[in-house]
Amino acid sequence: MPEAVNVNAALGEKLIFEQGQRGRATTYFPNGRSAEQFVPKAQLRGPLPLPDNSELDVVRHFTRLSHRTFAIDVGFYPLGSCTMKYNPRINEAMAAQAGFKDLHPYAPESLAQGALAVMYELERALSSIFGMAAFSLNPAAGAHAELTALLIAKAHFEKIGQGAVRRTVIVPDTAHGTNPASAAMVGYTVISLPSDARGRVGVEEIKSVLGDDTAVCMMTNPNTLGLFEDHVAEIAAAVHAAGGLMYYDGANANALMGNARPGDMGFDLMHLNLHKTFSIPHGGGGAGHGPVGVASHLVPFLPVPVVSKDEHGLFALEFDRPETIGSMRSFWSNFAHAVRALTYIYANGGEGLTRISQLAVLNANYVRAKIKDFITTPYDETCRHEFVVSAQELKRETGVKALDIAKALLDRGYHAPTIYFPLLVPECLMIEPTETETKETLDGFIAALRDIVETAKTNPQAVLDAPLNTVVGRIDETRAARQPDLRWRPPVADPLEAS
Amino acid sequence: MYAPHTDSDVAEMLAAVGASSLQELVEVPEAVRIKGALEIPPGLPESELSAKMSAYAKRNGAVDYLSFLGAGAYRHYVPPVVMSLAMRGEFLTAYTPYQAEVSQGYLQAIYEWQTYICLLTGLDIANASVYDGATALAEAAIMAVNATGRRAILVSSAVHPNYRTVLRTYARGLELEVEELPLQADGTTDLAGLAARLAGGRFAAIALQSPNFFGCIDTPDGSARAAIEASGTVPIGVVAEAMSLGALLPPAQWGAQIAAGEAQSFGNPLAYGGPYVGFIAATKEHMRRIPGRLVGRTLDNRGNIAYVLTLQAREQHIRREKATSNICTNQAHCALVATIYLAALGASGLERAAALNLERTQLLCERVTALAGFERAFAAPVFNEVAIRIPPGLSVTALLDELQNRRIVGGVALGRWYPELADCILLCATEATTVADIDALCAALAQITKSAAPGTPEVVLHA
Repeated sequence: MPEAVNVNAALGEKLIFEQGQRGRATTYFPNGRSAEQFVPKAQLRGPLPLPDNSELDVVRHFTRLSHRTFAIDVGFYPLGSCTMKYNPRINEAMAAQAGFKDLHPYAPESLAQGALAVMYELERALSSIFGMAAFSLNPAAGAHAELTALLIAKAHFEKIGQGAVRRTVIVPDTAHGTNPASAAMVGYTVISLPSDARGRVGVEEIKSVLGDDTAVCMMTNPNTLGLFEDHVAEIAAAVHAAGGLMYYDGANANALMGNARPGDMGFDLMHLNLHKTFSIPHGGGGAGHGPVGVASHLVPFLPVPVVSKDEHGLFALEFDRPETIGSMRSFWSNFAHAVRALTYIYANGGEGLTRISQLAVLNANYVRAKIKDFITTPYDETCRHEFVVSAQELKRETGVKALDIAKALLDRGYHAPTIYFPLLVPECLMIEPTETETKETLDGFIAALRDIVETAKTNPQAVLDAPLNTVVGRIDETRAARQPDLRWRPPVADPLEAS
Repeated sequence: MYAPHTDSDVAEMLAAVGASSLQELVEVPEAVRIKGALEIPPGLPESELSAKMSAYAKRNGAVDYLSFLGAGAYRHYVPPVVMSLAMRGEFLTAYTPYQAEVSQGYLQAIYEWQTYICLLTGLDIANASVYDGATALAEAAIMAVNATGRRAILVSSAVHPNYRTVLRTYARGLELEVEELPLQADGTTDLAGLAARLAGGRFAAIALQSPNFFGCIDTPDGSARAAIEASGTVPIGVVAEAMSLGALLPPAQWGAQIAAGEAQSFGNPLAYGGPYVGFIAATKEHMRRIPGRLVGRTLDNRGNIAYVLTLQAREQHIRREKATSNICTNQAHCALVATIYLAALGASGLERAAALNLERTQLLCERVTALAGFERAFAAPVFNEVAIRIPPGLSVTALLDELQNRRIVGGVALGRWYPELADCILLCATEATTVADIDALCAALAQITKSAAPGTPEVVLHA
């Protein structure tokens, strides 16, 4: 059993709206003239219906909330396909420097050369690491990058007069849900391709769905089973022969750096999740950073701005690109994350990045080798940076499901793996340890998992009852969905709604 | 490198795996094998890395200049308590709270963010965030398309130009039409003739921004609202400067069914354009069309209050190509920053800060237009930005260059987006702009215009 969490964490925490008194807020600003002196009253709102809390109470509130939150900094987080590696603090220190933090996006370019250099060098580094002609740092996250790439594909097909016919996207059944959802956002139809017995996309299966309507084939490699798509070169050749484009979903790029490049595999488009592979903190679900890479024939379509460098070494934001798809966001990029990613690249160097991938793969294989005697590993071969196990057999034997194992892991101080994904593996748990974990941490996790499986066989109820050590027990999700309570409401009529 | 493996760890682990080398584990078919090493310089020890990255930061001289830049990204005072709390490792290094039992703190913070956005916009529900203000508008437009089955969007040309570009980029994917409403003389959207334009029921949404790109308060009057309502068009209220919500009429009160906005101003640094944080709020009728994460409050199996991601049947990981949006990762941490900022300021602080934005902008406006030849381009009341027409005979580029020579970044040139405003600049003043800052700007403007006046040929302006 792990140590008890902070005592405060177990007590619950009132909403910020249920605390405080009007007039209690700490004062940060001088008292000026009232808004009514500047704007017609009809354009002004009444008093704000927000709580006033002292700074100390605000500090306690959010500190307590932090105690009720699991994170990489708290413990092992083997969430498959999410690459929960350590987030080095030097990255934070660099991004927090005034020269980056306080720089306005419309600052004159002559006074923002350092920031532009960061963007330029990151773009060049990513192009080199992944074998693409160019990257755009415009998209904010992975799904946003998928949309960007599909808009690029669409612009490409329109340019060559095939926009009306090439409207099908081929997506393996192991793909992330964002792939089909992104395809729908450019009006494309999705064909879902079943994986073969080896957990891969088969060349013949791909060929059977290729045609004049094929726009893009989206692949994750290694795929979400943690397996390298070893026929990728033949698949790319077939897709290209049919006139389609190959798209690489970079969610699993941590398995590849320095060892293989999507560009060499025949991919025309790709994205990266810098918040996975390049150690940017996930921040509870973002912000991310999702650069899009393209092969040379697609460079003209990249979103603007693009950072350019002239013969004097001066950098500029280039907007005037006639074939661009447009822009994906308000301003140029999630720049602070570009600083973090470049810091990480320069910290590790080419050799370091290569070794990172190798050690990520080693850690995954080590856990896989140590647990396969007590839980089913449906694809029993060397995996890449992650792998899947199935609790199907255990469920049949004991009634304990993947979900129950996940909750029992929480009780033992570990975050759960990704569960019920990919969809083709029944009772799936997808485990990605990442390279930043020690052998001792992995051994602890392996022992916890073994303990859960053994408990399931002797006393399944103990697993079904988990979690017991967390600040709340299993949550009534049905109630959450059927009686949606998505916000706090004031006990007395909201002055806004009363008006 | 942040991997902790010693040589003996690697050897032991390879033995457990049954592999002879690391290389064996990452082997790929010959055809796709990498040729040569990565063209990335050798890794740096942290002490040298820090110096290298700091050198880039120092080459951004703009941060040491007096600045009147706004135009969708705003410099505000942020109490240190905000980042001190937000940078706690538990918040910084958590993933999306899929395992609710160990994520109650973050889930509650998101629920509080949703509530703040509802209270500030006056709408019923808000999501856990989208990428930024521009994508919020695009996603809001998609909600309206899904609600109405119509495929055209009407947007004011006073909506931030970048937001309109992004809207058009998204519209190209979905094959939606986008049309624009013109400006009228006072700097607000020309809504005359709106009833006729909407009458055909062709538009899914009409998007209006207030304060608009020129800082002008720009809300539809009663007859425009009636026309919008009669045509079944979804009114979208765009808010590019969230600070305005501390003083001005919330979007719901001028009839917006959806608010799409940017909350960078709530505690998030300028950071050369990102990450920022977009929000979407809506009336409850739109609940199942809202994109992205939503946190709900429910109970656990012990009867405790508990928070959880909910209504996930809208989302990509469940619905795949039928999802309301493809969004997965959002801007959670930026939303957390905003939530802490709002909690720290409270109603009193936000009201005071917003009023100060009005006061400083009014002062900026008065003092700049007191100078010969400088006048307001538009008469409508403004929040914290104002479009200023510069004296005839002076080019905007020359003026901005001359200001820059005096270590002042004097706003953005509006001709970049509006050719008819080629002689105008957009200036911004917030609560972080002091009276002394405004005086320094005015002194510089006076000096530049005096030098540029006829009969003083010794000063050459590089136009």
